[in-house]
Amino acid sequence: MSYNLMREFADSWGLFAMALFFVGCIAFALRPGGKIQADQAAQIPLKDD
Amino acid sequence: MKFGTEIVVLSLFAFAALVAAGFGVEGPFRQHMGVLFFAVAGFTAILLRNTDFKPAAPIDTSAYMDGPIRYGAIATVFWGVVGMLVGVVIALQLAYPDLNIQPWFNFGRLRPLHTSGVVFAFGGNALLCTSLYVVQRTCRARLFGGKLAWFVFWGYQLFIVMAATGYLLGITEAREYAEPEWYVDLWLTIVWVAYLILFLGTILKRKEPHIYVANWFYLSFIVTIAMLHVVNNLSMPASFLGSKSYSAFSGVQDALTQWWYGHNAVGFFLTAGFLGMMYYFVPKQANRPVYSYRLSIVHFWAIIFLYIWAGPHHLHYTALPDWAQTLGMAFSIMLWMPSWGGMINGLMTLSGAWDKLRTDPIIRMMVMAVAFYGMSTFEGPIMSIRTVNSLSHYTDWTIGHVHSGALGWVGMISFGAIYYMVPKLWNRERLYSLRLVTWHFWLATLGIVVYAAVMWVSGIMQGLMWREYDEQGFLVYSFAETVAAMHPFYVMRAIGGAMYLTGALLMAWNVTMTILGHQREEQPMPGSEPALRPAE
Repeated sequence: MSYNLMREFADSWGLFAMALFFVGCIAFALRPGGKIQADQAAQIPLKDD
Repeated sequence: MKFGTEIVVLSLFAFAALVAAGFGVEGPFRQHMGVLFFAVAGFTAILLRNTDFKPAAPIDTSAYMDGPIRYGAIATVFWGVVGMLVGVVIALQLAYPDLNIQPWFNFGRLRPLHTSGVVFAFGGNALLCTSLYVVQRTCRARLFGGKLAWFVFWGYQLFIVMAATGYLLGITEAREYAEPEWYVDLWLTIVWVAYLILFLGTILKRKEPHIYVANWFYLSFIVTIAMLHVVNNLSMPASFLGSKSYSAFSGVQDALTQWWYGHNAVGFFLTAGFLGMMYYFVPKQANRPVYSYRLSIVHFWAIIFLYIWAGPHHLHYTALPDWAQTLGMAFSIMLWMPSWGGMINGLMTLSGAWDKLRTDPIIRMMVMAVAFYGMSTFEGPIMSIRTVNSLSHYTDWTIGHVHSGALGWVGMISFGAIYYMVPKLWNRERLYSLRLVTWHFWLATLGIVVYAAVMWVSGIMQGLMWREYDEQGFLVYSFAETVAAMHPFYVMRAIGGAMYLTGALLMAWNVTMTILGHQREEQPMPGSEPALRPAE
């Protein structure tokens, strides 16, 4: 695989896939109903020693 | 304990080191292998004296494995004091060049000893022991792999000893923060992969269904450092019995690889790892859940996706293509958002419990750490802007910035974690003295303020002097004149550093006395007990 081919892939589909994954992660974290589960997870360190 | 296998393997290892010390192709390599031989042989002798032939007591596999963490806490304090002491020494060497003792203790050899000492020895041990502490308690599982944790701990200490003695002998790859030569790099790779297996194995056998966010940060730190370390140290040794090696890359590719490594070491070693610490120890010490768990997840993914691109800002106005410089700058500026989101998340964890700042010096230390995280991640993006960088780069401003992050954020959050963990690890009711923690807090904070303020003045003065032209286009100042002008600031910087070191020595005393089981009789912190009122 040549440098140019990799470079072209990186700044098109590669970039798109990473951006999409990032947006997906954020959307999943902020999804409706995610707050209850997040609040439970936040309690994990406080449960015991 | 039985150490049969360990003793056999280590004896062979020591023998190999002795052979390399005899057949090495150059003096420094032979000396370095001599150091390795004495280190490994000495360790083997200790094991020989402590091994016994009685059947081993059964191990309670339901309990957490805290032995390596106790050693790690002690190592953190020890290496912290050593690294900071070397820092004060090199600060004084800059102010008074006569203090350079040739050849082993000149500035060029002691400087990497200081940076590696505080970053990898102090910071690395802090991350190692807190990560193993946190992963067990948030997964509710014992560490994976039996004695693997001991291998990781002692293997990492051997890496530190080999790196440190190598610098003093003049062995270096000359890559900033990646100075150890090829054979030390290979050893670190083995230890690091073992660390990854240990950490991941513990997560996989967890009893808690959800993986707490602190573990995400720790895991990203371990994985990314593995990747950075391997790629940046791809090199070919000139001889398998010599210390010299040549990088796989050349020219600007080599420079970019180095700063892709260098900046992400800041991002994933000094930031992500310590954020893991923040997301566990701040809620624990405040006894409140993190302000917003969802914000912590956004914080995590934003750091992961943005940090990795920021490295090129170390190479402004170099042979690196302009588009890459601009890319590094743009991503550095975007990092403002997750950094400040994380800072707000850490600080707001205290909302409703702000009175603890008055009564609990450990919380105070953690809050100061998070505040410095915010300040240095505000300053960094500004300095990554190309026009600002043209003034700041290569000056003491950069040194001041690094230290506000390293002393303020990394140091203070580690001190807070150590003060939290030590009484728990040794089953003590409380620390030896909370008053000493207050002293440590103020010495450290004032030391950082002196350090950072002095370096701003000195760095901006230095940058302005370098670029000053007269009306005929000649440079106004020679380089030596800029150095002479900085002398008073170098002296003040050493004073700031000495204050910080004094605080660390107080911590070493406090931790030692706590471990020995003493409690200092002292007045309680004001406000920690309800004030008595006269009966009416």
